[in-house]
Amino acid sequence: MIYEVIVGDKAGGKPQRLELERKGSGWECRLDGQAIDVDAVIPRRDVLSLLVDGHAYEIKREQTATDLHMWVGSSRFAVELRDPRSLRSRQKAAGDEKGPKKIVAPMPGRVVRLLVGENAEVEAGQGIVVVEAMKMQNEIKSPKKGVVKKMMARVGAAVNPGDVLAIVE
Amino acid sequence: MQVMHIFGAAGRISAALFRDAIRTEMFKKILIANRGEIAVRIIRACRELGIATVAVYSDVDRAALHVRKSDEAYAIGPAAAAESYLRMDKILDIAKRSGAEAIHPGYGFLSENAKFAQACGDAGVKFIGPTPHSMKLMGSKTSARQQMEKAGVPFVPGTSRGLATSEEGEAVAERIGYPVMLKAAAGGGGKGMRLVHTREELRSGLESARSEAERSFGDSEVYIEKAIVNPRHIEMQVLADEHGNTVWLGERECSIQRRHQKVLEEAPSPIVDAEMRRRMGEVAVKVARAADYTNAGTVEFLVDEQKNFYFLEMNTRLQVEHPVTELITGLDLVHLQLRVASGEKLPFGQSDVKIRGHAIECRIYAEDPDNNYFPSPGKITVLLQPSGPGIRRDSGMYEGWKVPMDYDPLLAKLIGYGTDRQQTIMRLRRALYEYFVAGIKTNISLFQRILGDVDFQAGKVDTGYLDRLIAKGNPAVVSSAPQGEIEVLERVAAIAAGMFAVLDPAVPGGQSGNAAGGSAGAAETSNWKQKGRAEALR
Repeated sequence: MIYEVIVGDKAGGKPQRLELERKGSGWECRLDGQAIDVDAVIPRRDVLSLLVDGHAYEIKREQTATDLHMWVGSSRFAVELRDPRSLRSRQKAAGDEKGPKKIVAPMPGRVVRLLVGENAEVEAGQGIVVVEAMKMQNEIKSPKKGVVKKMMARVGAAVNPGDVLAIVE
Repeated sequence: MQVMHIFGAAGRISAALFRDAIRTEMFKKILIANRGEIAVRIIRACRELGIATVAVYSDVDRAALHVRKSDEAYAIGPAAAAESYLRMDKILDIAKRSGAEAIHPGYGFLSENAKFAQACGDAGVKFIGPTPHSMKLMGSKTSARQQMEKAGVPFVPGTSRGLATSEEGEAVAERIGYPVMLKAAAGGGGKGMRLVHTREELRSGLESARSEAERSFGDSEVYIEKAIVNPRHIEMQVLADEHGNTVWLGERECSIQRRHQKVLEEAPSPIVDAEMRRRMGEVAVKVARAADYTNAGTVEFLVDEQKNFYFLEMNTRLQVEHPVTELITGLDLVHLQLRVASGEKLPFGQSDVKIRGHAIECRIYAEDPDNNYFPSPGKITVLLQPSGPGIRRDSGMYEGWKVPMDYDPLLAKLIGYGTDRQQTIMRLRRALYEYFVAGIKTNISLFQRILGDVDFQAGKVDTGYLDRLIAKGNPAVVSSAPQGEIEVLERVAAIAAGMFAVLDPAVPGGQSGNAAGGSAGAAETSNWKQKGRAEALR
């Protein structure tokens, strides 16, 4: 199995090539060509016990609507993992910053206010929608400069994480 | 199992606790008018004492832990607290119908509502807390201040009425010392407030404070108070029975707060010595006596850099942070609340109270550190909880539970105990290393930052500390590991991401991932599943 992995939030980070092959009871792993023997066990969902050259690591996986993190002990790493043969992965890798951008709710809540209307021009970081949860209001901001193509959020509506609130193009 | 024990602390006062065997009859059944971790905490105490418990719950809390742990549970209405946990009529009705003899209000909700305490009394149900009279007195800042000044309790020096002239202001400032704060009598929200450092600034400061107060509140009355620079917030636990006995049980350092919400508390305070503790304790007892106080209460103080302390207010309830006091005194405050409320005399005196060891509490909130600590409700998909020496965990959450969006974001409290502060910090850091919550975001990583911070470790904290720490930014890689080690861990993270993809394919997008409920990758949209298929066909 071959993956491209980017660790950390470095913009334009260079993907590392990760190859994983079964070898006996463990795995042979090549990270950017360097061979590493690893033993991996999943004691429960989202938890991985990894032995690398006798070093033991417990890794926890945290996945949200928008990102993937690996927790190695108390250290958290943002990770992007792609299958180079997958069309969707390639599209995602190529098209993140261009084209229409969906603005999604990061957490459950209730829409209390719309800050802009459809067709409004917005700057990167400008507030689009206000969502309330646990008695606190949170401005959901536009990730890029553009025009609000569509406003899906409705005042009073309950939203779940990952729900699309608006599209900015 | 969550309330873990810690070397023999409880043994110390046990002889005193049971010395006074004569007592009135303990309640047989009580109602808990609360939810979350505090409801679970009270239910546990009741089970230990053989008291049956009645829980109440709103529509979104049917599956909450406090309902699962109680003996009886009744629905009280919709999610909104105003229609459920704040409905005195419904709660009293359930108390009557279930035959509960008393109500424990916990903290928040109805706990400091004198009307509710009165309504309980009128309905013949014991309110586990002070009398409505004491609550009313402490609920009003001005009436509390008048009563306390009579009793000789220290307040921040200044005038409690408006300044007539700037000369009067200068005279007062000279007496109490600069810097001083000018405050609008009708003020709030920082309007009409001026910090004045020198005599030269006072006249213009007073004029601008007055005109701002006039514009904002239609009232130009401005008074003067000594400005407490970088104050600490330290509070003293008191306990009083209904027979005139009042004791203090040591202080808690609560300076680490944000948005007027405490985040981490410890006992004892790193700056309070035995002599200061005794003085604060005696003032706190004086405050309680002046209010005819009964049951558990907390007297809050503002403490300046010279360790002068000033009365702020009294909280007429059990505090969130009560466990740190329990650990260093070996007492169970909820047991004592129940015993005192049932009419028992305090089973020990002031001289029996001994402080030993050190305790620190971390409030685990459902908050997103990547999004300015905004609340993050939702379903908990993974929960790995710490245990082991010196660790107590008071929690209201469990794996698979959906944290409702309607209430306070407090999920659990992780409390560390050790022989001294340093050992407590090390134990807590170890426990935080074991703690993992996924599906929702929590502030667990913030505590690694606080406990690893040199200023915190040196005890140099004040009420502005946490904002300053957070302003340093939330690092992209959240880690306390040294740089060289981080590079190794990055490689481990890369390998782990691949191994997860192969061995534990899950659905991207936390909340739907949970719908798979263990049968990993069951949803249609799984990238991983498609990858798995591609692999199988290869």
